[in-house]
Amino acid sequence: MSLAAVAARRAMRARAEIATTLSAGRTALTVLRSSPPLTLRQTGPVTVHLVSTAAGPLGGDELELDLRVAPGTTLEVGSIASTLVLPGEGPSSMTVTAHVGAGASLRFAPEPTVLADGCDHRMAVRLSLDGDARVWWREEVVMGRYGEAGGRCVTRFDATAGGRPLLRQELELGTGPCSPAVLGGARCVGSVLTTRPCDTAVADGAVADGAVADGAVADGVVVMPLAGPGTLVQALAADAVELRERLDWGLAQVPPS
Amino acid sequence: MTPGLLLLTDSRLPAGSHAHSGGMEQAVKEGLVHDLASLESFLAGRLRTAGAVAAGFASQACAGHDPVELDAELDARTASPAQREAARTQGRLLLRVARRIWPSPALEELAGRLPSPHHPIALGVTAAVVGATPREAGAAAAYHAVTGPATAAVRLLGLDPVAVHRVLATLDLPSPDGLPAASAPLLDLLAERHRRSPVRLFVS
Repeated sequence: MSLAAVAARRAMRARAEIATTLSAGRTALTVLRSSPPLTLRQTGPVTVHLVSTAAGPLGGDELELDLRVAPGTTLEVGSIASTLVLPGEGPSSMTVTAHVGAGASLRFAPEPTVLADGCDHRMAVRLSLDGDARVWWREEVVMGRYGEAGGRCVTRFDATAGGRPLLRQELELGTGPCSPAVLGGARCVGSVLTTRPCDTAVADGAVADGAVADGAVADGVVVMPLAGPGTLVQALAADAVELRERLDWGLAQVPPS
Repeated sequence: MTPGLLLLTDSRLPAGSHAHSGGMEQAVKEGLVHDLASLESFLAGRLRTAGAVAAGFASQACAGHDPVELDAELDARTASPAQREAARTQGRLLLRVARRIWPSPALEELAGRLPSPHHPIALGVTAAVVGATPREAGAAAAYHAVTGPATAAVRLLGLDPVAVHRVLATLDLPSPDGLPAASAPLLDLLAERHRRSPVRLFVS
């Protein structure tokens, strides 16, 4: 899309959705509703990719993606390219809501979100997992395109498992001076949440005794077994390539569930 | 302000806080904090993330919200096992001394339900017992989140204690309204690295 076209387009409200159902023992994608600029393409039996059909999100855009993974089914969501968040009229937002039913599995692995100079963005994830649901959820944020400092962004992640809080995190980017307690000089921050079935959850005291459950740490990446049934791999890096390498290293340390 | 709150926030209260640096020891070791300016930046970042979360939860615990539910919510906001362990160790020690200093049914009930609560929960319930308001409990938790690391920095870097206290005096205390979930990826990284470090002065 040309720059002139970006400047001309108005703020958009969009709500796209994907839902699965169990049909004769197999996953069927029964709802696949695009809503420009969020366009969805089925790229495999249980795989959907997000394809941007307009620039942005731009300031003023309010985008929502709803995922409903029925009990016993599988869904994989990716994106064709990274998402570039641009400034515009007011703040922009992207909210992803996902419900994963009992025994179902969701892999959410989009490409990074890049915060262009001047943007004011809000990213929210609301993830609810029923008993023994599995999730693999990646989030990567890059401050600015090459040579840019990057705009503002607040990310909020809320995950519950079996009705109990599993992970709640909020991160403010570009809203104040860099702190050596928060990001230091890193330009990229990312995480992958993986879960194990609820019934294998162990108390913190028991975790402390097990070498595997103790997590792992290396340059710019940490693998953290949560108090609930999951593990968070969190990384900081200078660029998107290094960020992905660090997350992949961390994931290799997570024992298979 | 009640005299009890002053005792509760005093670093001389024998509740083991002096043994924790809140990530400062590892930050110094990795060169992230090396002078007064980097110390101020570290403390400001800690205050608006870990400090704000602790303040919100201490104020809710003081207001009488179910401590077991708050404790589970704090677990969800503390991804790092090393940070959960440090928070629960400090909570257990605070609860132990508080029960002896201010014997009360509320503290006995808390100890029965949560022997090792996250520190802000122990602080909030104790604050209510000594007659403090939820807002004061939140301020006490925020204060605790930065004074320990600041004092640790004085010892680790040999900084001028008066200059460090001037830094503390100029930090903005967050409003304890609501229940924030602000996370700090580097604090997680520092906590996990510190726990694996063979030689250390502080527990966390």
